[in-house]
Amino acid sequence: MRLFRYLGLLVLAGLAGFWLLTRPERLDPSSMSGMTGDAARGQLVFAAAGCAACHAAPGAEGEARLVLAGGEGFASPFGTFYAPNISPSPDHGIGGWSAQDLANAMQHGTSPEGQHYYPAFPYVSYANAELGDIADLYAYLITLPVSDTPSRAHDVGFPFNIRRGLGLWKWLNVGKGWVMADPGDAQVARGRYLVEALGHCGECHTPRDALGGMQRDKWLTGGPIPGSSKGRFPDLTPNALKWSAEDIAYYLETGFTPDFDSAGGAMADVIQNTALLPPEDRAAIAAYLKALPAN
Amino acid sequence: MISKARISVAAVALVAMSGVGFAASHSQGEFAREIKARQAQMTLNAFNLGILGAMAKGEMEYDAEAAGLAASNLAASSSIWMPTAWPEGSDNASTEGTRALPAIWAGDSDIGAKAQALSEAVAALQTAAGTDLEALRGAIGPVGAACGGCHKAYRAEE
Repeated sequence: MRLFRYLGLLVLAGLAGFWLLTRPERLDPSSMSGMTGDAARGQLVFAAAGCAACHAAPGAEGEARLVLAGGEGFASPFGTFYAPNISPSPDHGIGGWSAQDLANAMQHGTSPEGQHYYPAFPYVSYANAELGDIADLYAYLITLPVSDTPSRAHDVGFPFNIRRGLGLWKWLNVGKGWVMADPGDAQVARGRYLVEALGHCGECHTPRDALGGMQRDKWLTGGPIPGSSKGRFPDLTPNALKWSAEDIAYYLETGFTPDFDSAGGAMADVIQNTALLPPEDRAAIAAYLKALPAN
Repeated sequence: MISKARISVAAVALVAMSGVGFAASHSQGEFAREIKARQAQMTLNAFNLGILGAMAKGEMEYDAEAAGLAASNLAASSSIWMPTAWPEGSDNASTEGTRALPAIWAGDSDIGAKAQALSEAVAALQTAAGTDLEALRGAIGPVGAACGGCHKAYRAEE
């Protein structure tokens, strides 16, 4: 009898621990008070963060890339995730959101309803985005065209379809801070912000562990492309990437490699965004990549 | 006297060798000539883009005449129209030595529109290349975007 009582307590303690560990986190409600976003600056944040690459409708080109209807699918070992509608539609997008809702989504992966997002949404990277940039991005996003396309449900099986469990995943992977602890100078620091936070380059170019977390000790060393038998995301560290800083910056501007082959696949989308950034930002990304440790 | 075992070993070796020979000829793949021809066209494009890009990057001094010549060569090489080098079945799912995706030949393929976009960007580059360095710099980006537009949709990743 007594044994059962202890076991019962143990189960209760376990449940309480699970409940605490898996609770979706949010910003302090006053953390963005007094901030007014600047939509023009937000347009650059939008390009740097690559929002359209995932949230524009599949195959959208030109102006259509500003209609963030969602629908693009992302294969993973855990199932297929579909980018949601983040146009300013009140019913199907983020029309009813505040800037703080966007910040909770980007920095904590928590929805306005207090649910965990799946990390196909790169909040592990965006966690390092500055609140001022998020306020600017919000100001820009709400100026974009409305789409009333409903978001498609993710195709994810048990047990990954239990969102609460994502709290444990987040506990393991979110909030680790910068990978490059000491950038040394202001240019590399800017590059670190663009690569590690907004650009979320590590989400593809860093190999993942069995649970799908980025292996920070193998930062930007490349990895297999999910759903592809032979393709690989290339290693961006000086071990493999021998291009000069000028060549890297030029690639991010035009898509041309030093041999004047051109970027293809998902990287062609990325170049569409990096081409919009000021030249100093592309140079900063290049400086950061050159400053990565070679091992 | 030769043992039966030795005969079997020799037979296995012969079969293996013929297999190697078959594999080698197979890796040439169907449509190898066509694929080589269209890749040669890409190489020509890249060669002249390289001259323009080197000037844009500041690795080579800007020379209006050389830039104009490279741009008109690019216009010529990129407009070579040879559908015979793109036969159906010469995609990366059906043969070797190519990253061309089957989508090029699909019913909803917009490869013609992509080619048109490239031709427009190259025409603008041709005007800009001989003007001055700033104009050249500005006109290369759209050419890169046109290359990427097609490679994103129709070329497999490495």
